[in-house]
Amino acid sequence: MASLDDLKKRITSVKSTQKITKAMKMVAAAKLKRAQDSAEKGRPYSEKMNNIILNLSSGISDKETAPKLLSGSGKEQVHLCVVLTSDRGLCGGFNANIIKKAKSYFAKLNKEGKELKIITVGSKGNDQLKRVYGNKIIENISFKNSKNANYFDAEKVGKIIIEKFEKEEFDICTIFYNQFKNVITQIPQAQQIIPLNTKSDDQNNSEDNYEFEPDEDEILGNLLPKNISTQIFKAMLENSASEQGARMSAMDNATRNAGEMVDKLTIEYNRSRQAAITKELIEIISGAESL
Amino acid sequence: MSDEFKIEIVNPEKSFLSKEDVNEVVVPAFEGEMGILKDHISIISFLKPGIITIQAKSGEEKYYVEDGIIEFKNNTLSILTSYILNLKDIEKNKLQELLKNAEEESNKPEISDQLKYLADQKVETLKSIN
Repeated sequence: MASLDDLKKRITSVKSTQKITKAMKMVAAAKLKRAQDSAEKGRPYSEKMNNIILNLSSGISDKETAPKLLSGSGKEQVHLCVVLTSDRGLCGGFNANIIKKAKSYFAKLNKEGKELKIITVGSKGNDQLKRVYGNKIIENISFKNSKNANYFDAEKVGKIIIEKFEKEEFDICTIFYNQFKNVITQIPQAQQIIPLNTKSDDQNNSEDNYEFEPDEDEILGNLLPKNISTQIFKAMLENSASEQGARMSAMDNATRNAGEMVDKLTIEYNRSRQAAITKELIEIISGAESL
Repeated sequence: MSDEFKIEIVNPEKSFLSKEDVNEVVVPAFEGEMGILKDHISIISFLKPGIITIQAKSGEEKYYVEDGIIEFKNNTLSILTSYILNLKDIEKNKLQELLKNAEEESNKPEISDQLKYLADQKVETLKSIN
């Protein structure tokens, strides 16, 4: 059995760890509120953007002349995967879930004999992926310096992707991120952004006849790059809300576990203290009897 | 019957403005200024840098935008823009800074015609505000 002093030290160290996790939980809770707010506020923009594009693309009769960002390059050989993760750890399964989702997708591509390229956004994803897929990572972007997800960062990523697409470096682009459902549930998502998936909401497209100024192609050509940045921005917002949510519940668990540990250690401490006292008493009594 | 319609301006961060009592909106569409009244035909267009003027029952408001897409449908005008400022709130310094950036951009040698056109528009608009 550990000595009394050792036990005492362990109790103090667990207690101070508990204090840290508790503080981190509080901080995450405060940040979560803000991140959640901005994720919710950002939704109308990306939804409206999506609607407009759906309306536009349904109006385009000739798929041949449609911009490539919409119709694709006609091949499916090279896949670009953009994996969005956080820059900080200690947030439970947040990063692991995205990586898991991405890895299973990579494995599927491998089986089909497709070529794979990876862009990682956020350093945690890069750390975990470079061990296995190091040679596939063509770019690693990190926004450690920006406090909150902002549109300019998203635009930067969008520009890189579009540039690579125009150079025909890949055919299909998919982004991976965590969708924020609630504090304890985040759903890892894989979303294809190039070519754009326009089938999703087709049924509610009414017979709207829009007037276009200038013509559809030009608007689409202007809109599609913006849409990519918007989708990435949406993913970043969802991600940052998810990250804080995941961190909050992870730290909550850690605090609770630390509490249980302190209880257990305290019981053990008291027991050995009592044992020591009993032992001393027996020694004194037997010493007195022998006189 | 009233001739008011609804306007919504959203930027990536949030829903910027929403009004239900709008009579007329003038937007700097890509091919020239465009006034929109109630029961306008459904239209999709994009914007160049310029001033959006909103005539509402509650008064007139002006906004500076750098780009955007507008959609008008069922008497709802949606404007999506990544950069928008209320003219009332712009400070002199901010304006100067924007103007300087725009001028720099327009003077870049390797710029494409379309970008140059947009940058020039920006400069012109900003000067007109001054």
